[in-house]
Amino acid sequence: MLLKLSLSSLYARLVTAGMTVIAISFSLMLYMSVEKLRTSAYTSFTDTISQTDLIIGARASSVQLMLYSVFRIGNATNNITWESYLDVLNKEEVDWAVPISLGDSHKGFRVMGTNKDFFARYKYRGGQSINIDKGYLFEDLYDVVLGAGVAEKLGYDIDTPLIVAHGLQSFSEHDDQPFRVSGILEKTGTPVDNTVIVSLAAIEAIHVDWSTGAKIPGQETPIEEIRKMDLTPKNITAALIGVKSKLTIFNLQRWINEYPEEAMTAILPGAALQELWRVVGVVENLLLGISIVVIFTTLIGMTAIMFSSLSERRREMAIWRAMGASPRTVVGLLMLEAIFISVLSILLSVILLFFSLSILQPWIDYNYGILVNVEMLSLRDMYVFMTFIFASILVSLLPAIRAYWFSINDGMTIKI
Amino acid sequence: MDENIIKIDSVRFYWSKKSSFKIFVPNFEINKGEKVLLLGESGSGKTTLLSLICGFLNPLSGSISINGSTINKLSSKTKDEHRADNIGIIFQQFNLLPYANVIDNIVLPLYFSKVRSANVTNQRESALNLCKQLRLPDDIDQYKASSLSVGQQQRVAVARALIGNPSLVIADEPTSSLDTDAQQIFLDLMFEQISNNKSTLLMVSHDRSLAERFDRLIDINEVLTRED
Repeated sequence: MLLKLSLSSLYARLVTAGMTVIAISFSLMLYMSVEKLRTSAYTSFTDTISQTDLIIGARASSVQLMLYSVFRIGNATNNITWESYLDVLNKEEVDWAVPISLGDSHKGFRVMGTNKDFFARYKYRGGQSINIDKGYLFEDLYDVVLGAGVAEKLGYDIDTPLIVAHGLQSFSEHDDQPFRVSGILEKTGTPVDNTVIVSLAAIEAIHVDWSTGAKIPGQETPIEEIRKMDLTPKNITAALIGVKSKLTIFNLQRWINEYPEEAMTAILPGAALQELWRVVGVVENLLLGISIVVIFTTLIGMTAIMFSSLSERRREMAIWRAMGASPRTVVGLLMLEAIFISVLSILLSVILLFFSLSILQPWIDYNYGILVNVEMLSLRDMYVFMTFIFASILVSLLPAIRAYWFSINDGMTIKI
Repeated sequence: MDENIIKIDSVRFYWSKKSSFKIFVPNFEINKGEKVLLLGESGSGKTTLLSLICGFLNPLSGSISINGSTINKLSSKTKDEHRADNIGIIFQQFNLLPYANVIDNIVLPLYFSKVRSANVTNQRESALNLCKQLRLPDDIDQYKASSLSVGQQQRVAVARALIGNPSLVIADEPTSSLDTDAQQIFLDLMFEQISNNKSTLLMVSHDRSLAERFDRLIDINEVLTRED
């Protein structure tokens, strides 16, 4: 009976109560979507590279090596020699290795030299492979494969000719050896999307007439002659390593770090990504903080609305009292209302969240490379909901206490 | 058994010591079954007296006894229960919960009083029966309280005050929002029902012309003294 009357009282104030519910559910939704994006961004970020056990490069910090080898940000401090690479590759613990050579660029996009194994071995998001969208992987020396982002932003298609520039912001171009797009990769949401991929031999080929970063004047080897040359690289920038048994990772890592003939570093990609996230993750924490503030603001708004409805409901409370309701019952009715409003808001916010996420998920994935998981609510969400209901009970205490005083003091004298 | 349904003895009340409004009620008694009209201008302390009788306010000294129990000695919970069991209240206006339907409004006191709900076998039926006797439309149960006219609302309030046969009905100027014709009809119906129920009626008004219907007419100034 009380519940029924409390609900019909709320229903009678449908517009105010409805607006409150909408305001609260939107702020809850904001909080939950920030939280979802945050965790999804974290998963997507730490899943940028997976199933690679070690990354090796010249002696550097793990974050730096990670940044240039996987994210293609910044430069390698040094290269490692092909011989060292072969030494690592020939270790019996090593299952596979993919060499990477960096240093050149095309219109702001990094050019990466590697072999075809890269496409088979590079995995992201817990084991997804890179797939080719159009064309084929490089067959000819001067074939390039474009990441989806490069092709889209530059408007390139299969057979588009392109010239690779030396270095990253250099005006000297390898214009004597033009390339041709042979394949375009599918969108991955990883740095691969923004990479121009060529064969290691091609990197070697365009540097035939170069020495220590500058073109040797007057020397111009014809393309036909270059094609006949042995184009095995002398140096590479980094290599991705897979081991036969996970148990051997740390031994192999130590062996590489202590390799006597050259200063090399081997890092565990997972650990390095975590370390890197600690730097990037600050922004997400900030967003989380803001959405918590939004929830608090809404709670205060709810209290304000309850306060303002008190004066018009004073009459109603006097009737309850006259019928024999105790002041506690009157307070209980108000709190019941607050609980009902917050539960309704939570339900609405969950519906809104899943509705908007299921619509936006493909778009977010495509544009930002973040796969938002539209799954069941996490335990953490449940905690948040419980906390919210508790908080709304707490804030509704303020108007309820006022109602308590009204109902004790008003008696028969009701001012309307 | 005590023949007084209301017995007030040396009651003193004020909101605060600084307040200019201080009242003293030396002695005030109403017998069971009496119909009493309490006359007084606004601001004379009528409503405060009613609040004391209903147990909304506690006297600073003295005793108030309603239907045999000294209510100012009761805990606030028991006092609320005592009110629900013994007193039906009719306000000046806005008696009903506007969002609830008529029947829910009428049976509301039964929810708080075991005594009164024990007197009613079928809540809905007796509510409808009261409505019928108060000449409310037959399909009154279809209406929301807010859709009724003021006169109808006051009659529903009478039904609510009488359901479950409480021994005392307190009415605070129930006719002041009605025009003269409606007043007469309302009073006829209310008196008829109160007589049927054998309840005691204490009604407050400033309209001396209503006096002939009542057993006794009391001027508020005879009941209480102002201690300004």
